[in-house]
Amino acid sequence: MLATIGVDSTAELFAQVPEPLRLGRPLDLPAGMSEAEVYERLAALAARNADAEEQVCFVGAGMYDHYVPAIVDAITQRSEFLTPYTPYQPEISQGGLQVMFEFQTAMSELTGLPVSNAGLYEGPSSVPSAGYLAMAATKRRRFVVSRGLHPHSREALATYAVGFDADVVEVGLSDGETDAEALAAAVDGETAAVFLQSPNFLGAVERVEALGAAAKQHGALLVLATDPMTLGVLKPPGEQGADIALGEGQPLGNRLDFGGPSFGFFCATEEQIRRMPGRIAGETDDVDGRRGFVLALQTREQHIRREKATHNICTAQALNALGAMVHLAWLGREGYRELGELLVRRTAYARERLAAVEGVELLHTTPVAREFAVRLAAPVDAVLERCAERGIAAGYPLARDYPEYEDGLLVAITERRTRAQIDALAEALGDAIRAERDDFSVISTEKSSQGVA
Amino acid sequence: MQAERAQTIYEKSQPGRRAAVLPDAEVPEPPLAQLIPAELLRDEPPRLPEVAEPEIVRHYNRLSRRNFDLDSGFYPLGSCTMKHNPRLNERVAALPGHARLHPAQDPKRAQGALELMWLLQESLSEICGLPHVSLQPSAGSHGELAGLLLTRAFHADRGEERTKVLAPDTSHGTNPASVTMAGYEVVKVATNERGGVEMDDLRAKIDADPDQVACLMLTNPNTLGLFDENIAEIAALIHAAGGTLYYDGANLNAVMGQSRPGDMGFDIVHVNLHKSFSQPHGGGGPGAGPIAVSERIEPFLPRPQVVRHERPAGDGPRFDLDLDRPKSIGRLRGFQGNFGVFVRSYAYILSLGADGLAEASETAVLNANYLKARLAEGRAGERLPVAFERHCMHEFVLSGKPMKKQLGLATLDLAKRLLDFGFHPPTVYFPLLVEEALMIEPTETETKESLDAFAEAIEQILAEAEDDPEIAKEAPYTTPVRRLDEVKATRRPVVRWLPG
Repeated sequence: MLATIGVDSTAELFAQVPEPLRLGRPLDLPAGMSEAEVYERLAALAARNADAEEQVCFVGAGMYDHYVPAIVDAITQRSEFLTPYTPYQPEISQGGLQVMFEFQTAMSELTGLPVSNAGLYEGPSSVPSAGYLAMAATKRRRFVVSRGLHPHSREALATYAVGFDADVVEVGLSDGETDAEALAAAVDGETAAVFLQSPNFLGAVERVEALGAAAKQHGALLVLATDPMTLGVLKPPGEQGADIALGEGQPLGNRLDFGGPSFGFFCATEEQIRRMPGRIAGETDDVDGRRGFVLALQTREQHIRREKATHNICTAQALNALGAMVHLAWLGREGYRELGELLVRRTAYARERLAAVEGVELLHTTPVAREFAVRLAAPVDAVLERCAERGIAAGYPLARDYPEYEDGLLVAITERRTRAQIDALAEALGDAIRAERDDFSVISTEKSSQGVA
Repeated sequence: MQAERAQTIYEKSQPGRRAAVLPDAEVPEPPLAQLIPAELLRDEPPRLPEVAEPEIVRHYNRLSRRNFDLDSGFYPLGSCTMKHNPRLNERVAALPGHARLHPAQDPKRAQGALELMWLLQESLSEICGLPHVSLQPSAGSHGELAGLLLTRAFHADRGEERTKVLAPDTSHGTNPASVTMAGYEVVKVATNERGGVEMDDLRAKIDADPDQVACLMLTNPNTLGLFDENIAEIAALIHAAGGTLYYDGANLNAVMGQSRPGDMGFDIVHVNLHKSFSQPHGGGGPGAGPIAVSERIEPFLPRPQVVRHERPAGDGPRFDLDLDRPKSIGRLRGFQGNFGVFVRSYAYILSLGADGLAEASETAVLNANYLKARLAEGRAGERLPVAFERHCMHEFVLSGKPMKKQLGLATLDLAKRLLDFGFHPPTVYFPLLVEEALMIEPTETETKESLDAFAEAIEQILAEAEDDPEIAKEAPYTTPVRRLDEVKATRRPVVRWLPG
């Protein structure tokens, strides 16, 4: 090979790198390992994590421990889906392109909006992507955001808004749902978009249509973040006046993976089709009149439009969207609805069961679908620790993001959480709270007796 | 590949068929309207397909056979680094301790995951020659946006507001698109006759308004596959003007263990784990785009950041997520990033080790130069000259201009004819600077035999075109579909299936 090139060594090929910039030493990294050794190293690291096989997982907060059917792994691990690049050569990418088309159809059906893209990175970063679209659509630079939106979504929006030169105004919650009066007061003629989430971060099913009236009145877009596992039961965003529906796709066919990779879905009204971010597959014909699929509307995208693109996104999450499509096909029309109903009923049971525990009360009374918030009459972290010792991850401590709910715990239900597990959670919470109170009273007693002495 | 007529899964649907069997409710089953107000409930379930499991499997297996993929053949797609995806990486990513770990798990019960992230940060830091790493960005373009927001925060912290970002005319499309999203204006910099940054033009663009220069975004080696020999001087010019220097890591595969962006003077680097570090591309993701930064950029990194605390002897270190970063630009996304990608890439780094990574880059450069030399012979040398005649790094760009003039064959025709020969075509019509461009990146995981076979296929196509150029112009013939009407798909977009 060197002779064909006409050099004596590969070093000559690197001569274009100026000498002072050549590393000239080995990287300070370990030597390579055999496959078996690498496996052992990574298995040892994995063993130091308490995963949902080791602990019963009631943690949600945007990602959920659903059962991913075996068929999803079998299909997404096929070389033909796992190893191709983005389908820039449609003649040899019909499989991937058709999957995108089927996925877009499914997401349109779920959200009740006619246009879906083929997926974005994940949930929270899809929110500023909607903001960017809304700015282009309205020529305005102000976002009104419910405090019920996932804290990571609100933070991502604030991060991007610096680049957009946009203002973000937050509207608070009242008994778990967005404060309608405050929202109406916050929206004005400069507002590009109103962002709601339903079910919101506290699990509450929002009255989106009523809340969205303020957006409609002022010509702002209504952006609704939602949980795709609830749409077999809840009114679709498109029927509630949403211009854009988006969210975290992980519950559909994607494992927890400590937070990723998953995908974000992004659907909109027909009016926004040429402002959409990301890839979109479209149906067409080949020269012989055969049905085929291509990347449509590519003139929106960065590789064609460069600085005038509707978004900078390139590589996204095609394989994760395939996982979602296979999961949805496996559930099917009836299974998808049944799963939604199962979640609502088990959640209702869990909410009632926990509220009956001494030291636990509901944080809000607004209807919920698959997740709910409670208040604990003992320090949340200490209670969580006691539950963890019994093999239960009892929920997400709301104090991480909401200082006003220092005593709050968010509990999520999936079809994997059985009635027996819910009962065990109730018992563990009750015991933990009681134990914490006993400890506290012991400490208080000691303190007061010391004080007396 | 399958050539039967396409039918979507929706068209295979029959009422009443299904695959899923769900658990029993086990709890009371009141009407839903007793739990959620009826006006917030859906009237009709969405029209998802109704298909049994055997037909779902057949459907997606059929679709898979309508895809070309890296495991089937050579994929010399420039700037995409389509290297082999080791299956070990899939196995370790699927371990329940990784795959079923909730992202909100208490850090003290996710020590293995945080340590893995910390080790990957350390590895990327060493490879890039920069002291700090954030793994959070989800892909290269996300890393670019992060880098530009970091630049903005860095300047704001010094009481400055700058408006312009410089980028060569050969840059990836994501660069200017990211610049706009970050609220900057793009200023294009010309390319010189050696394929590098035109220094006079760079000086002129800086001198026009040095106080407004926020950043220069570069790829080095650049999208022509050439190392810019003036990089030290370029860095000095940008730093003197007060700007940051951003490294688009799409081409990092050329320099791992050979030369480091940090040593070249870059402040911010993004790394495409789905290119250089073997994460499978998945037909368009997932990827991950970690960023490595210099000391002066570190305070502004996204939060949370994985940190390591030393403990008294015998206890071993403790890992945590640091959210208390007052100068941080904030989150770019949810949770900690694409962890599953981190697992695969860390497994890859462990497998190759220090020497293996350096050898990978060396072989990538050798393979590219060998294929370039092979394509300089015979008909290809005449019809498809290399755009810049010098040794390349990991990729090179040919121009199809003579081929078009002499044979009437556009680069697109050559690309489409390659499909009939069982090859994925190179990147075409990029960079924009080169007329009828073909950008070829063979990677280190191809054998000499596959490089030779590719060169021979090009030779055959050119020979065939001398006799009858119409063959290539009508190609492909053997694919599941032939050339598709892309104009129709954009003029009257049909982006979802609708019943009858």
